[in-house]
This record gives sequence, C-alpha cells and structure tokens, in this order.
Amino acid sequence: MNTVAAIEPARASGQRLRESAFRTATFAAALLVLALLGGVALSLLIGAYPALAHFKLAFLTREVWNPVTEKFGALAAIYGTLVTSFLALLFAIPVSFGIAIFLTELAPAWLKRPVGVAIELLAAVPSIIYGIWGLFVLAPILQRHVQPWLIDGLGPLPLIGRLFQGPPYGIGVLTASFVLAIMVIPFISAVVRDVFETVPDVLKESAYGLGATTWEVISQVVVPYARTGVIGGIMLGLGRALGETMAVTFVIGNAHRVGSSLLAPGTTISASIANEFAEAVGDLYTSSLVALGALLFLITFTVIAAARLMLLQLGRKALSNV
Amino acid sequence: MSRRALRKLINLLALGLSGIATAVGLFFLGAILWTLVHSGLGGMSLQLFTAMTPPPGGTGGLLNAIYGSVAMTVIGILIGGPIGVLAGTYLAEYGRSARISTVIRFVNDVLLSAPSIIVGLFVYELLVVRMGHFSALAGAVALAILAIPVTVRTTEDMLNLVPQGMKDASTAMGAYHWRTITSVIYPAARSGILTGLLLAVARISGETAPLLFTALNNQFWSSNLLAPIANLPVVIFQFALSPYPNWQQLAWSGALIITVSILILSIAARFAVSSLGTGGRS
Repeated sequence: MNTVAAIEPARASGQRLRESAFRTATFAAALLVLALLGGVALSLLIGAYPALAHFKLAFLTREVWNPVTEKFGALAAIYGTLVTSFLALLFAIPVSFGIAIFLTELAPAWLKRPVGVAIELLAAVPSIIYGIWGLFVLAPILQRHVQPWLIDGLGPLPLIGRLFQGPPYGIGVLTASFVLAIMVIPFISAVVRDVFETVPDVLKESAYGLGATTWEVISQVVVPYARTGVIGGIMLGLGRALGETMAVTFVIGNAHRVGSSLLAPGTTISASIANEFAEAVGDLYTSSLVALGALLFLITFTVIAAARLMLLQLGRKALSNV
Repeated sequence: MSRRALRKLINLLALGLSGIATAVGLFFLGAILWTLVHSGLGGMSLQLFTAMTPPPGGTGGLLNAIYGSVAMTVIGILIGGPIGVLAGTYLAEYGRSARISTVIRFVNDVLLSAPSIIVGLFVYELLVVRMGHFSALAGAVALAILAIPVTVRTTEDMLNLVPQGMKDASTAMGAYHWRTITSVIYPAARSGILTGLLLAVARISGETAPLLFTALNNQFWSSNLLAPIANLPVVIFQFALSPYPNWQQLAWSGALIITVSILILSIAARFAVSSLGTGGRS
C-alpha cells in the first residue's frame, strides 16, 4: 500500500478517511453501551425525584400504598421482592447444584449434551410462560394439595407456624417464590456447570488417585476451587430473581402489605410496576412507581456488579493457571 | 472397612440426589411444554393467523398481535443489531486492550442481566413522555436496548475466535484495519455473528415487561409506528388474566406460538454454532 500511496495519494487518503470513519463508528457504538447504563440511571432518578422529594425517607419505611389518598411507601414491595427472591434461591440452589454436578461429573457422554441443552432451553422460555403456567397449573395444585397440608402441619408450630397461616389462596408469596425458583434453576445450573468445568482435570485426577470418592472430589476439590465463581453464579441468579417481572406478576396477588404468612398475597417492586404503571393517574403515583424502579435498579445493580466482579476474578484465576 | 462403606454410602446418596435434581429440572421443562401443547393446540386454527383479536365472547385470532410482535422485533434488531456488532467490533479489535474496554465489557455484562422492566421505564421516560403517547416505536427501542448487550457479547467472542494469522496476513497485504475487519474478519465470523443476532431475537421476542408501558396494546390492526400496537406478550398477559374463556384460549395459543418460535430460534442458533466449530477448523 505504501507504493500505491505514493502513486495514488488521493486513494490512500480516501482509505484513511474510511479507516477513521469506521473506527469512530465502532467507538461510538461502544460508548453508547456506557451511555445506556448512565441514561437508565439518570432517567430513573429524574422520574423518581418528585416522589422522593415529597415523601423523603418515609418512602422507604412506610407500608401504605394508597393511590386514592396519594400516600405511597415502598416497604411492602421491597419486603416482597427480598422474601420471594430469598425463598426462590433457597429452593433453587440445591437443585441447581445437583444438576451442575450431574452434568459435569456424573452423566455419561451421550447424555451430557442433550440434558445440558434441555436445561438451557428451559432458560430460554420467556418469563410470561412461567407466569401463565404458574397461575393456571401450579397455583391450583398448591392450593388443593400442598397449602392445606402446610397449614395443618406447620401452622400450629411455634415461631415458624406464623409463616403458614391463613386460608390457602393458591396464589401468594410462596407460589411466586416457587415459580421464581423454577425460572432461575436452569440459569444458576448453567453458570455453575461452566464454573465447575474450569477446574483443571489434573486436580480432580490427583484426588481420585488418592482414593477419594466422586462426592469427595466434588465437595473437597471442585467446589473449593470454584468457590468465587459459584457464588458469582448464585448472585447472578439472585439478580435475575429480584428483577423478574412477569412470572411473579401472575401469581403474587398484588397486595401492598407486609404479611407474616407466606401463603398470603403480596407484591414485589417489579410486579407493582407491571400491574399499575400503565393505569397510574397523577404525577405523584407515576413518580412513586418510577421511584420503585429506581430502587430495584439500585438493588439489582449492586448484586449483579458484585456477581460479575466475582466471575471476572475466576476468569483471571483460570487464565493464570493455563 | 465400615468407614469406607460409609464414604461409599454418602457418595451414592449425594450422586443419587444430584440425579434426582436433574430429573426435577427436566420434569418442569416437560410439564410446562406439555401444558402449553395441551392447552394451546386446541385453539390452533387458520383463524388464529387471519383474524384480529376479538372482543370478549366474540371469535377472532391473533393476527394483529403477531404482526405487532414481528414488526417490533424486526425493528428492534435492526436498531440494536448493528450497534451491538459495531460495539463488539471495537471491543475485539480497536479497543482490545484499551482501559475503557474493560469498563465497557463490565457495563455490558451488567446490562445483560439488568431487569427488563427497568429498560421499559427508561424508554417510557425517554420516548413515551416526550411524545405524549405510547407507540410501537417506543416498544421497538426498548427491545433494541435489550438486544444490544447480547449482540455485543457474542460478537466480541466470535471475532476473538478468528485466527490471528488471518488478520496478520491481511495487514501484511497492506490492508487498512477497517478493510481487514470488513473483508476478512467479518466473513470468517459470519455464522457466529448471525448466531448472536438469532439469540438476541430469541431473547427479545418473548419480552413482556418492557412493552407494557411502551407499546401498550391495541385491540385493532395498526401498522402505524407512532401509535400503540398489539403484540403477543402483552395480549397473552391481558387475555390470560381476563375472566373470558375465549380470551384465555387465545392466550394459551399465543403462548404456544411464542414458545415454539423461541425454542426453534434457540435450537437453530445452537446448530449454527456447532457448524461454525467445524467450519473454523477446515
């Protein structure tokens, strides 16, 4: 190109122009990714400002949510979001671990790929499908067969009994947690499986060589080695559960209250927004819902950022071992 | 000896439980698919694809909703796809080791798992409030924003798979970097990039939450991008929660259509990836 440049300076400068144009275009697109996150944060803050300025800190600590008197507090939604996500992880973590162990250590080669793909497909199913399935299939089953049994069996117990009292509605906090768990199981198991696969075979083989059983290899070599990645994967799942909207909206019942019973209807931040935003009248109502969104953004951003940092660390660790 | 037997027992128990866990996971996939087919197939008819969404109790189909979903997904990927591919190109080529790339990668990963309802709120503040009404365009922009992180990620990964030797060969011929990228690297990574776009389409075509207050819904046929538009996810949401049997039936049929389309897209993307693996080596 140097000789060409000497002969045809015009053409060479055209090339340089295209080079810098293309380079600028890719850089601008990359910067747009940054701008998106900034834009989201900024627009939520601006939208939430009227509500936050009006209610001040009480917005976070009040349970009342009354569109008629225009009194709004986020406590019930925050409580519901945290409780459903916590319970969902409680159900999902053991199952996800089982699946990850099965896929990395146990499954014969011919079974590994189809089962792995099936689990990944479960993660591709849109959340609204989980919601409609939860409402029409899972909730009636829980209402008829599981909740009466929980109420009779656990309701009278001291302390934890309070969690299982009241009529079996079918929908409610427990059902929402269950649907959420089914949603995050494929997600967490896929990440944990990938993390397990970063463990070098030499490490595992030396443990087997010392006479360890498969379970001992997993619990004493694989899990400790991959610990940061495993926690990162779980937190990604938590981020997903916290922000999940449609699956929860169908089955939670949208009741703004902090109830002690897991069988009672409740609400989450995302379910409140999904249910009420399009119909919200009045600036304060809309702004309060946006403020809920800003809270959700803050919570999930923290969780996801921490998770990504942990996974990043694992990436470096894996690289330094190569 | 008894200690050994105990260890073996624990091993058997733990592995048995992990097998059961896998069976549980697969059971739910089966249960959901079975419910969808069982409840959705009954409503499958030609009318579903030729008639508009009906009033309560009337007969009708989902044509306007299917059209709206396809239109918004296509516009979404037409906006989000090129931006994602360009940004991925920057991360993999021009800015591979730049400090800002580390930040962009991290932010992109965060956006990848950010709740989609937040994106809906963002676009509401950005477009719906300014325009004064809900619109198909706002819905498409929300979907585009969701498509960008997926595309950035897959594009960067796929471009990194292109052998350095090919890039060096092109540079040695005197090609400028943009020429190397567009004439050598893109063709070599084509099926990988297309896979990323397919995955992005699969991701956005089932999204409901960001459409609830951007595109809203429309009982009637509309092809006006500046007006509210019907779309499958929101129709499913509204019809499933309605007390009318004909609406609920349509919701199930819509759910079946959307799930089958997404599963086909995901499986197609997987095949494209595995064919890339063999194609890259030859």
